[in-house]
Amino acid sequence: MTSSDTVLLHVDKLVKHFPIMRGIIFQKQIGAVHAVDGVSFDIHRGETLGLVGESGCGKTTTGRAILQLQKPTSGQVIFEGVDLVSLEKKELRKMRGRMQMIFQDPYASLNPRMTIGEIIGEPLRLHGLADRKESNEKVVDLLKLVGLNPSYANRYPHEFSGGQRQRVGVARSLSLNPSLIVCDEPISALDVSIQAQVVNLLEDLQEKLNLTYLFIAHDLSMVRHISTRVAVMYLGWIVELASREELYNHPLHPYTQALLSAVPIPDPDAEEQRKRIILEGDVPSPVNPPSGCRFRTRCSLAAAICAEQVPEYREVSSGHFVACHMVA
Amino acid sequence: MTELLNVQTLKTHFSLREGQVHAVNGVSFHLNEGETLGIVGESGCGKSVSVMSLLRLIKSPPGKVVDGRAIFNKQDLLKMTDEEIRNVRGSKISMIFQDPMTSFNPVLTIGRQMTEPLEEHMGMTIKEASEYSINMLSMVGIPFASERMNDYPHQFSGGMRQRVMIAMALTCKPQILIADEPTTALDVTIQAQIVELVKKLRDTLGMAIIWITHDLGIIAGLADRVAVMYAGYIIEEAPVKELYRNPSHPYSMGLLKSLPRVDKTAQHRLVSIEGLPPVLYEEPAYCPFAPRCRFKVARCLVENPKLIPVGPDHRSACWVDLQTGKERL
Repeated sequence: MTSSDTVLLHVDKLVKHFPIMRGIIFQKQIGAVHAVDGVSFDIHRGETLGLVGESGCGKTTTGRAILQLQKPTSGQVIFEGVDLVSLEKKELRKMRGRMQMIFQDPYASLNPRMTIGEIIGEPLRLHGLADRKESNEKVVDLLKLVGLNPSYANRYPHEFSGGQRQRVGVARSLSLNPSLIVCDEPISALDVSIQAQVVNLLEDLQEKLNLTYLFIAHDLSMVRHISTRVAVMYLGWIVELASREELYNHPLHPYTQALLSAVPIPDPDAEEQRKRIILEGDVPSPVNPPSGCRFRTRCSLAAAICAEQVPEYREVSSGHFVACHMVA
Repeated sequence: MTELLNVQTLKTHFSLREGQVHAVNGVSFHLNEGETLGIVGESGCGKSVSVMSLLRLIKSPPGKVVDGRAIFNKQDLLKMTDEEIRNVRGSKISMIFQDPMTSFNPVLTIGRQMTEPLEEHMGMTIKEASEYSINMLSMVGIPFASERMNDYPHQFSGGMRQRVMIAMALTCKPQILIADEPTTALDVTIQAQIVELVKKLRDTLGMAIIWITHDLGIIAGLADRVAVMYAGYIIEEAPVKELYRNPSHPYSMGLLKSLPRVDKTAQHRLVSIEGLPPVLYEEPAYCPFAPRCRFKVARCLVENPKLIPVGPDHRSACWVDLQTGKERL
């Protein structure tokens, strides 16, 4: 194994439930939203793991639980050899510089009352890594790195377009030299012609700084473009995980197959040839997920066993994991 | 094929504090019976404003349709009285919107919202109207339609709400359905359901559709003809296959190349269009795309190209022939 193959992040049976409470003074838990329910995967150094799924499947919660922005209900998150879940607040804080996040909405994730320079320099100041002068120099470097004019440092977020703001978000996430960046739908709020700009930037930075990405998105075409490996989530589970080529060319799970066939292709000739698998109905509620396999209510292959037993998440061929009773 | 709608040199401006924003700058297009026209463009390119102008749904002030004609059934929509346009909206031309939640009244049941226009416009009794509505809801694939008539909009999921909206839009059997990004807020599997539904309804009811979107993928499998908009202009118009095989405006070509595909792994970086779309405060004496264009020649900076024929049914607003890289004569 070369050094780039080593595991940077190991997630084991990660669970995040949000309690549903009733009562005002005497509160009682009456249920839970099963947002993430036993998710396990590794991310290797220098790779991009794409995490895809429809809204409400738990992909964002997974990202936030990894970074301990939301304390997991149970499970392990081992990052650079340290179990983040068991860390004290103070120790966790020291680790935060190593793992950063880029948020979906570039309009909501930048403080409108701070200048761009203050926003990018704030992490340095909070972690006591730089005085004002050093921090200003670093901000200039970072702005150049993400393709913004350094003279913009004194401007406020509202003066920028969506794509430029997202660049600011990227610069902020880079200020502490992280090794892992969780990109939570970083381009879905942007226009098509701007999306390519931001994706190209992320790819360039990855190469330059040897970054590792967890790329959360619902756009399967873009995930195919940027990822090394891809995990597909459904209702709090990872139902399939494989290398990019394997997953897109030989999807095994019926949900992955349906999901891929639903993505429109910008080519009328290819669209004519396609057979679409149309899934019936909506995603069930995560408060009360179906018994056995969670996908069985919408699955065309569902049999009796699917309602009774939870399908095991297993490796069917080298590096190709799937959770389905019907896959040989 | 008979022509259903013909729009000529439509111009819409908005008076804002910053100045007169030229949102739509002389857009001309037509729609044939039973045809699906896709209007593609990024946010702010004027695609929604164009069709809202046709139905006179632009709030004035600040907006104003300053020029143009829109001939529908031998009448100009832009010159109709308020009474006349009200009879067109909803019954002959109807519209579905991006966000189904904000387009419903949250405090009325779906049944009430569906039956009211039927009683009002078509003179049905309450009983007739509710039977008719239940039929419509079943047609768009709402299970247990008669029970769901008593539900409120928030009790429906996003996809189901969009189905209800489609049912409402089709109650009066319109000749034209305008769909303004109806699937943008939906998940991809639900989007596929809705697109499939609209195709099926189009084939059974035979209406013409104007489908507005920023997603070149959806349009590829849905439209017969596509118009690409940029900065309030239609910059290219062609039958769908021709446009994707042979884009002849640098902007359409750039958009198509900036898209990764789910069925193929791209071997190269995505082609990005640098810079941002402009906001126009006056009519430009240059091509509005020129500042971002890789192919520009001297003429682009002094003269705004009009749509010129470049092939059968194919028109493009560009001075440069992209195949040769030379200026068109």
